[in-house]
Amino acid sequence: MNLKEKIIELIRKTADELPADVIAAMKKAEKEEDNFVAREILHKLLLNVNEARGEKKPMCQDTGTPFFYVKYPREYTQKQLAGIIKEATDEATLAVPLRPNAVDCLSGKNIGNKAVIHFEENDDPKGKLEIDLLLKGGGSENVSIIYSLPNIELKADRTLEGVRKCILDSVFKAQGKACPPYIIGVALGGNYEGVAGESKKQLLRKLDDQNSVPELAALEKKALKEINTLGIGPMGLGGKTTALGVKITAGTRHPASFFVGISISCWGLRRQKL
Amino acid sequence: MIILSTPLKQEDILKLNAGDNVLLNGTIFTARDKAHLFLLEEDFPAVKNGIIYHAGPIIKNREVISAGPTTSARLNPYTPKLIEKYGIKAIIGKGGMNQSVVEALRGKAVYFSAIGGAGVLYAEAMKLKNVYKEEFGMPEAIWEFEVKDFPVIVAIDSKGRSLYNETLRKSGEAYSKLV
Repeated sequence: MNLKEKIIELIRKTADELPADVIAAMKKAEKEEDNFVAREILHKLLLNVNEARGEKKPMCQDTGTPFFYVKYPREYTQKQLAGIIKEATDEATLAVPLRPNAVDCLSGKNIGNKAVIHFEENDDPKGKLEIDLLLKGGGSENVSIIYSLPNIELKADRTLEGVRKCILDSVFKAQGKACPPYIIGVALGGNYEGVAGESKKQLLRKLDDQNSVPELAALEKKALKEINTLGIGPMGLGGKTTALGVKITAGTRHPASFFVGISISCWGLRRQKL
Repeated sequence: MIILSTPLKQEDILKLNAGDNVLLNGTIFTARDKAHLFLLEEDFPAVKNGIIYHAGPIIKNREVISAGPTTSARLNPYTPKLIEKYGIKAIIGKGGMNQSVVEALRGKAVYFSAIGGAGVLYAEAMKLKNVYKEEFGMPEAIWEFEVKDFPVIVAIDSKGRSLYNETLRKSGEAYSKLV
């Protein structure tokens, strides 16, 4: 298989197969949920996951926007990889098939699919080409949000306690609109587009991993537990399963700024690695 | 389990209560953002007294590949007028709709919740009949489907009860304890 074919397969796998750690979290939630409707919904979602994988069909009709995170060694150039990814995305749109999800804002015309690519050079001389793909739907993108601290309305200061309030507020505001149970990526930092991008990147982390920063690990755990007392539940119809994971990263900030970027994913967190 | 077929009878719709499980049979039409504007601006008699499905399916060679619901809240501003103009009897979507829609449904129609992200299961209950306004693009076109035992939950009934409002109230109480 050449690289283009490998990327088409990566796209297919991402659209059709829910990652093992997310399946495990959904199964655990189904077992522990005591709201009857919520349990039924989780059960049907897991049936759909099986059916999609077995039939090789996209588990959700919203195959999202493809976000590629590419770490490349010296023998490649960005231009060359961008060309291959574009071709692979176009071919996968017909072959998988993906739903054409790129609409021109001015003409309103649907032009197919447009990949968003983040490049990073791999300095390791023995390093290989690494590609992470995230297919993220529009519904969950619509409830993602950036806060600027301090936030008077939330009484949120520039502390981890303030960050906790932002996380809870984002989920409370989203209610059932974006297909809960959610996975929530959070980034603290000082530039606007940076926290949006970094919070989305947190969604690449395995649900069962451990944050190496103890205070962030503690906040991840606490926020997740608290979100699951809100009672929003799967699809917003009630239940204790409102989120499956919270993942937080913290960078540096300008002294004047303290942004909290929050990227919310639907339960169908579709990410795979090449 | 309640089984309903199109054309839906008014008395059957009025009898439904929030929380009821329903299997739908018959004809449904998808409509999202662009289609709502089109339906309000022009006349499209095919949807009269019918069922609107908030969805943008994947279709390949007329086969329904994946076809779960999209977020209904985006269509809040257009839905009361749509119900009024076409006598819509039922809306299928996900995530719920606002109070103006709850009022517009009162005595007339219901909102069904489908499960977001269960695209393949729903596709298996659907057959493509027709497509209109394909120039809107695959997600936004008006797709007409024949459905068989399409499972939904009554989430907003015609008497003003909304399960989403109940979730909002309860989660609001829990939220205020946490912050």
